[in-house]
Amino acid sequence: MALLEVHDLVLSFAGLEVIRELTFMVEQGTIASMIGPNGAGKTSVFNCLTGFYRPDSGQIKFNDHSILRRKPHKITRAGMARTFQNLRLFKSMTVLENVMSGMHCRTSAGALGAVFHTPSQHREEELITRVSEECLAFVGLLEKKDHYAGNLPYGDQRRVEWARALATKPRLLLLDEPAAGLNHDEKQELIELILHIRNELGITILLIEHDMGLVMKVSEKITVIDYGKKIAEGTAGEVQNNPKVIEAYLGSEDEEDLL
Amino acid sequence: MGSPDTSMITDWANWLQHQRNRMVVLMVMAALAMVIPLVANNYMLEVLTNAWFYTILCLGLNIVVGYAGLLDLGYAAFFAVGAYTTGILTSKFGINFWLTIPAAVFCSMLAGIIIGGPTLRLRSDYLAIVTLGFGEIVRIIARNLEITGGASGLIGINRPSFFGIELSQGIHFYYVFLLLAILACFVSYRLQNSRLGRAWQYVREDEDAAEAMGINRVGVKLYAYVIGAMFGGVAGCFFAVKMTAISPETFTFAQSVLILLGVVLGGMGKIPGVVVGAFALVLFPEVFRGLGSMRMLIFGIVMLIIMLYRPEGIWPRGK
Repeated sequence: MALLEVHDLVLSFAGLEVIRELTFMVEQGTIASMIGPNGAGKTSVFNCLTGFYRPDSGQIKFNDHSILRRKPHKITRAGMARTFQNLRLFKSMTVLENVMSGMHCRTSAGALGAVFHTPSQHREEELITRVSEECLAFVGLLEKKDHYAGNLPYGDQRRVEWARALATKPRLLLLDEPAAGLNHDEKQELIELILHIRNELGITILLIEHDMGLVMKVSEKITVIDYGKKIAEGTAGEVQNNPKVIEAYLGSEDEEDLL
Repeated sequence: MGSPDTSMITDWANWLQHQRNRMVVLMVMAALAMVIPLVANNYMLEVLTNAWFYTILCLGLNIVVGYAGLLDLGYAAFFAVGAYTTGILTSKFGINFWLTIPAAVFCSMLAGIIIGGPTLRLRSDYLAIVTLGFGEIVRIIARNLEITGGASGLIGINRPSFFGIELSQGIHFYYVFLLLAILACFVSYRLQNSRLGRAWQYVREDEDAAEAMGINRVGVKLYAYVIGAMFGGVAGCFFAVKMTAISPETFTFAQSVLILLGVVLGGMGKIPGVVVGAFALVLFPEVFRGLGSMRMLIFGIVMLIIMLYRPEGIWPRGK
């Protein structure tokens, strides 16, 4: 069953089409990837899926419900979580507090509960802390929970982002260039972590990535886009030998040579 | 190794880190505040009452500015709504003061929703302009309506009684505002350390990331706005009966700026900071009264110096 279905998605900025009639699907329980040269529109697709951009036309169905033009926080509540390409942590808050933000949409205490410390508010706070600590333990960062997020090394900050996304209890996790800025060892750990999230937590994963090695290793299905259009789709082996894909990537390298 | 006095400060800071030690300090300070009226003269009492009054207003605005990170330049409007609600209900309709409090709270919260609902979608600078306009609108309405007494305002607001004692002397109002300020500190503290308090902080730090984590940005801001308005409304109620007369000129833009100044000067988002800021606001011009009109100039220079050397306020957020 397809958890995410995108049909004929079109997005344009001031007349410039960034995404052109893009159609793709993500099956429940798989690890899918979207690749493409720089500026192909990958992050724009993510922003459409998570409600940050409003597509001009098309259909986005998540779990059989249309989420087109819904507000980002409602999409998160519906079970789609994301990470950002350039880290967007709450830097002056602790690691634990960062992860606690994920549980916000799964809890409900308001001002009265906070002021009077009602029993239900108390239970909820305990639940938020427990789930957040579990998520931190899952990404291997529990011992740093009281550090300020902004003071952690880059690799650890990425982990905080994943833990925070996991704390929203998602069904689909969107990872925007998760390997950017990681060294070789950290990339290996990342591959394990991605498999771990899918296998143990049963969360479907869609990732955007530049690092071909990583994409080829983890993804079961790859969608290749260029200039906002889908140019190929399939398993790693199928995509690698597709002449259009080779052209798109070599083309971009030619341009780099010219510079 | 630091010099003796810096190590003393760090020792003191470490000692304060413990919850129990902090409670001791708070208790001692509360006890001091309670006994001061026994030794203070009327003038001092009046000044201190005023300081507690500004503490409540600053703590209310702190929820909006400090916690949720929204610049509000029209906060005096909520204070005005509270004061006028109580003033009108007691003087024109003869309703018991204590019954006007819920009405004033309701009206100021409603004002918060009316102004916040459509404007909180705006980003900060635009919001600041809109709140400035709103503040002026409330004042001008109060100036022009008949029921609010026009430009001369409302007079003859009855003093309330509390279990048979008429609240009329300076000392009575000192304790009223002291208790309200303590209550405001308590509510602020509880809110700050809650799911809602954290949500404000997330939105303040990074709106988009907060939204991506499932936080309703506009809803959470509106919450801050309405709770802030409520603080202003309650302070307004008691202000009206303490003064027994209110006029539109109490609720000018300068008043809003003054309250904002207390919050920024002391340290946005920190309860002790905001209390210190409110006191600085009220005490400084009084202490230097001898300097005559020069004192506002010196006050301005001191504020500039504080902002230059301690941009996060006298008592900044701990790191």
